[in-house]
Amino acid sequence: MTTRRIAVVSAGLSNPSSTRMLADRLAAETLKALAAQNIEASVDVIELRDYAHDITNNMLTGFAPPALETAINTVISADALIAVTPIFSTSYSGLFKSFIDVLDPDSLVGKPVLIGANAGTARHSLAIDYAIRPLFAYLHAEPVSTGVFAASSDWGGAGDDVAPLAKRVEKGARELADAIARRQPSVVVDPYDPSTYLGEGRSFGHMLGGLAGE
Amino acid sequence: MSEQSGAHAMQFGIMSVSDITRDPVTGVTPSEQERIKATMAIAKHSEEVGLDVFAIGEHHNPPFWSSSPSTFLAALAAQTERLIVSTSTTLITTNDPVRIAEEYSMLQHVSDGRMDLMLGRGNTGPVYPWFGQDIRQGLPLAIENYALLHKLWREDVVDWEGKFRTSLQGFTSTPRPLDGIAPFVWHGSIRTPEIAEQAAYYGDGFFANNIFWPKEHYQRLIELYRQRYAHYGHGTPEQAIVGLGGQVFMSAKSQDAVNQFRPFFDNAPVYGHGPSMEDFTEMTPLTVGSPQQVIDRYAAMREHYGDYQRQLFLIDHAGLPLKTVLEQLDILGSEVVPVLRKELAKDRPANVPDAPTHAARVKAEFGDGPTRQARPGANRGDNLTGDSPYQDTPAPAGAAFGLGRKDA
Repeated sequence: MTTRRIAVVSAGLSNPSSTRMLADRLAAETLKALAAQNIEASVDVIELRDYAHDITNNMLTGFAPPALETAINTVISADALIAVTPIFSTSYSGLFKSFIDVLDPDSLVGKPVLIGANAGTARHSLAIDYAIRPLFAYLHAEPVSTGVFAASSDWGGAGDDVAPLAKRVEKGARELADAIARRQPSVVVDPYDPSTYLGEGRSFGHMLGGLAGE
Repeated sequence: MSEQSGAHAMQFGIMSVSDITRDPVTGVTPSEQERIKATMAIAKHSEEVGLDVFAIGEHHNPPFWSSSPSTFLAALAAQTERLIVSTSTTLITTNDPVRIAEEYSMLQHVSDGRMDLMLGRGNTGPVYPWFGQDIRQGLPLAIENYALLHKLWREDVVDWEGKFRTSLQGFTSTPRPLDGIAPFVWHGSIRTPEIAEQAAYYGDGFFANNIFWPKEHYQRLIELYRQRYAHYGHGTPEQAIVGLGGQVFMSAKSQDAVNQFRPFFDNAPVYGHGPSMEDFTEMTPLTVGSPQQVIDRYAAMREHYGDYQRQLFLIDHAGLPLKTVLEQLDILGSEVVPVLRKELAKDRPANVPDAPTHAARVKAEFGDGPTRQARPGANRGDNLTGDSPYQDTPAPAGAAFGLGRKDA
């Protein structure tokens, strides 16, 4: 039995929020799919609303206040990310993008991501693929092929009854669980360890190359 | 004024980023000329109140005026007697290392050794393309350019081939460093472990910005630098040469300082309109309050970072008027720094080196003997024999034939 950590980022602005509801469903279903593969996992949920001021301050000062820094470390050190945002004006919310913007651009490289989004109607469902997926592609994260969009109607009787929300959640979660299972547990790299930036057993002289004769 | 600067275990001083910012209280923005003159007045006053160092940044865009720090520092050195003049920082990425070698070796001569150099990569992205470089090569540029600068100051005749600069054959950077001692170099960094490594590799000083971010960032950098300084055989971790930035605003009554500084904080280019002053002072070394609060905060720095050699304060930015900055200097000089000197000297281990000075470094190299005084030889330009184009002082009879060389 191995254990993994999943970070859930929810960019909903209200409380309670349907973004968070979708995030929780995706997380619960992912845990279930992992358990089926005998993989234990824990979930940390980051509600970006709680960090909205810190995120702005980070953009203005260049550093994350302590609470935000903890949240960032939770996300970048996780084995996988479930990212859920409301769709505003055909794209991810500004708060969601602002959070992505304060991350080191290399910090999500290779990380499996399950993308979720919600909006009033299903007309916005393609935003996952034309707006959110390219963002993660740029960051060299590895979003699974299914993105889960929930329209308001998906939460009640008039939702999609051919591919109901629960089915889509289950499909996305299974893909994410498979991606997690294929990988070794993530290892936290210390950027201040000389072997991280020099390579194992190497000295600054190697960075100087021929200049130092090493 | 009795003590020679540098006789101190710790050096205290101020550093300016040379911003020309609108005073949010009066609404007035000084002209470049006014601000340059004001900075000169501030720098001179820092010596008058007993500080040891004045440092100035390098920027190539408004609202900053300091594009040519060596010119400014030469004028400052000419108008002061003890003050060490320094940069904070010089752009090792976009300046030609040959020009840095020449300009700062000249500054070393005209200031009689009262100078040092702080190197950094800069914080303005477009400065790279403005000077024909690529920001994605920032770190390799910093590494290669310094390797050349280091060599130019230590070898009379340099052959050089690198990735970023046209190659050199038989090149001599003039003037040679004063007394044969290269200027002391601090490597400044906000976040880059490779720069701490670079400082450690050469046994140079490491200066942590210590202004913008929480202390934990700088603790990791300084700890890394100290460990690697020992790794490269320059001494124990405690013997590494550490400098720190800092930021204060003071008034006799704490609340007066808070009230007076707040409009400047709230509108400051670097953190204005962001976190509250209370949050920012909590998270970073910025201290706004009474002189005693500043003393308490900065006397504790060595608990975070170990015993260190240089403390520079940023006190003249964000549109603060000249009069206010001069008052701040008075408080620093009369109430804060004398106490900090005592506090930081208490229980300071004997093996922790004093702050580096030219005089001390000359003594370490030559003892009480004669120093190197390079003078071009009659055979200058002779690359065939690989001989030095210089004869050194003292120049005994026959020196023209190479007998006066240090290694002869």
